[in-house]
Amino acid sequence: MTAVENVRQTNEGGQEMRSRSEIGAKELLREVGSVLRMSEAEAAKLGQIPVDPDEDQTMIINMGPQHPSTHGVLRLMLELQGETVLRCKPIIGYLHTGMEKTGEDLTFLQGGTNVTRMDYLSPLNNELVFSMATEKLLGIENDIPERAVWMRMLLSELNRMSSHLLFLATNGMDIGAVSMMLYGWREREEVLRFFQKVTGLRMNHNFIRPGGLAADLPPGWRDDVLAILEMLPSRLEEYDVLMTNQPIWRERLQGVGVITADEALALGTSGPILRSTGVAWDLRRDQPYLRYDDVEFDVIVGSYGDAFDRYAIRLDEIRESMKIVRQILDRMPSGDYRIQNKKVTPPPRARIDESMEALIHHFKIFTEGFRVPEGEVYVGIESPRGEIGCYIVSDGGPKPYRIHMRAPSFVNIQALPHMMRGGLVADAVAVISSVDPVLGEVDR
Amino acid sequence: MSEVEQVELLHGAPVSDSRGQRVVHPSREQYIAVLKKLIDEGYVMCSDLTAVDYLTHPGRTLPAGLAAERFELVLNLTSITTRDRIRVRVQIPEGDAVVASAFDLWPGTEAMEREVFDMYGIRFDGHPDLTRILMPEDWDGHPLRKDYEIGRIPVQFKGAHS
Repeated sequence: MTAVENVRQTNEGGQEMRSRSEIGAKELLREVGSVLRMSEAEAAKLGQIPVDPDEDQTMIINMGPQHPSTHGVLRLMLELQGETVLRCKPIIGYLHTGMEKTGEDLTFLQGGTNVTRMDYLSPLNNELVFSMATEKLLGIENDIPERAVWMRMLLSELNRMSSHLLFLATNGMDIGAVSMMLYGWREREEVLRFFQKVTGLRMNHNFIRPGGLAADLPPGWRDDVLAILEMLPSRLEEYDVLMTNQPIWRERLQGVGVITADEALALGTSGPILRSTGVAWDLRRDQPYLRYDDVEFDVIVGSYGDAFDRYAIRLDEIRESMKIVRQILDRMPSGDYRIQNKKVTPPPRARIDESMEALIHHFKIFTEGFRVPEGEVYVGIESPRGEIGCYIVSDGGPKPYRIHMRAPSFVNIQALPHMMRGGLVADAVAVISSVDPVLGEVDR
Repeated sequence: MSEVEQVELLHGAPVSDSRGQRVVHPSREQYIAVLKKLIDEGYVMCSDLTAVDYLTHPGRTLPAGLAAERFELVLNLTSITTRDRIRVRVQIPEGDAVVASAFDLWPGTEAMEREVFDMYGIRFDGHPDLTRILMPEDWDGHPLRKDYEIGRIPVQFKGAHS
């Protein structure tokens, strides 16, 4: 292969970052965030952007997709002047496996195995939003047994804790507190061990299903949760000593990657990024689902919109989740763990041995799936990363006609160019880390 | 004709109800104007922008007087003040799959519109950088269209006599 051919084959074409003299005013203004304050007409009045005589002094480099601090296969094109980031363009798609297309070929019962692999750090929230959307289409969202609802809440909160613990680990690692990496993984593993006991798997559980859950909580679950709740507070205090109160840590994060509330809203960000700017927007409180309106918790809000706020919000959200989990332990009702609706629920295992009809029923549900009435619905819940939404269109068949996941990381990542501009390369790492993207969900 | 009169209008566009969720159906011409009015009403967040290809499911329910087209652009807007959601569905014909970009209203839709372009081939007028985002640059076709086949790997011995 000739060198020219080689370049042609590896070239990304239109995705390449063009030099500043070539791009339009609009694109440049978007990167500096001016589009938030300036209309296109006003921008046109500014006339041509003067050619920067220092343009040949800058350098365009690729960060990623194999860079360890990009949390997977995120690729950033950075235009650098010395150590300063002038521009940044995130390039994604390296992990795209067509999961939305795959979802159209799986029944509603199988769909959980697909969506759970999108945001692999909070799989239970993915399953939850998918199940809730399916239930809304079926019209059974208010008939889910109380125990199933509270179990879902328990798992979703524990998942939030495990996800944020992993964030603390990777954030520490990116900033240079390598020991934090080990501590974060260690604590997360305790939560995952509980998931393994309950669902049989550490990740990708497919445990929350349309109609309820796959199984009841195993005996002794309460003690396991209590053990986690007992272990965590002292560990979180250790983190405070290790990181929050440590001058180097604060110097590294405070004032880095600042974004304002207006910008965060216009860019569509959600979750800790939006809350770090002072907007108290948490779907658990503002559009309560499950029984979040019955439990007490605080929405943690930052004030500066910088990387430190995003770190502190996540740390405190672990504490809030623990508060919720304690209330769930006190109030966990007894009852069924899934809806007893013949249409959705397979018959119990014992019935299959004695009843031909039960066997046929079981077989039909697992081979054909259940039919979902025609319609379309959007459900959004608060995942650890922000609003995760599920838009399902059903044509009345057993498979979704269209399934779209509104992935919080996909939207949040678009705020990167804005947050990085004018910062240092070393801060770029801190900014990526503070957004906490999961590339499985970005690319789907 | 009495049915047509019953359709509720919001900013000149028919409104329907889908499982208790409010849906506005502006035409392509009304689209940006309706969005601007919705922003003034407080729907300051564009949570989601996606599309659906109704090629094999043409018989969906739409408010009376609205012609169903092959593609549909779907936006989910959120109001932070009233804690409310509203959905916007725009019909886009197959032959002329172009719609105005909402980029000037929400810069955050930039990536989502690129994804819709990548997956459905719907073009957005006024988008600053309409290139593929998830698929490789030189990819043929738009994978989420219903006439785009799912790829399969040939399996040895499938269907062979036992």
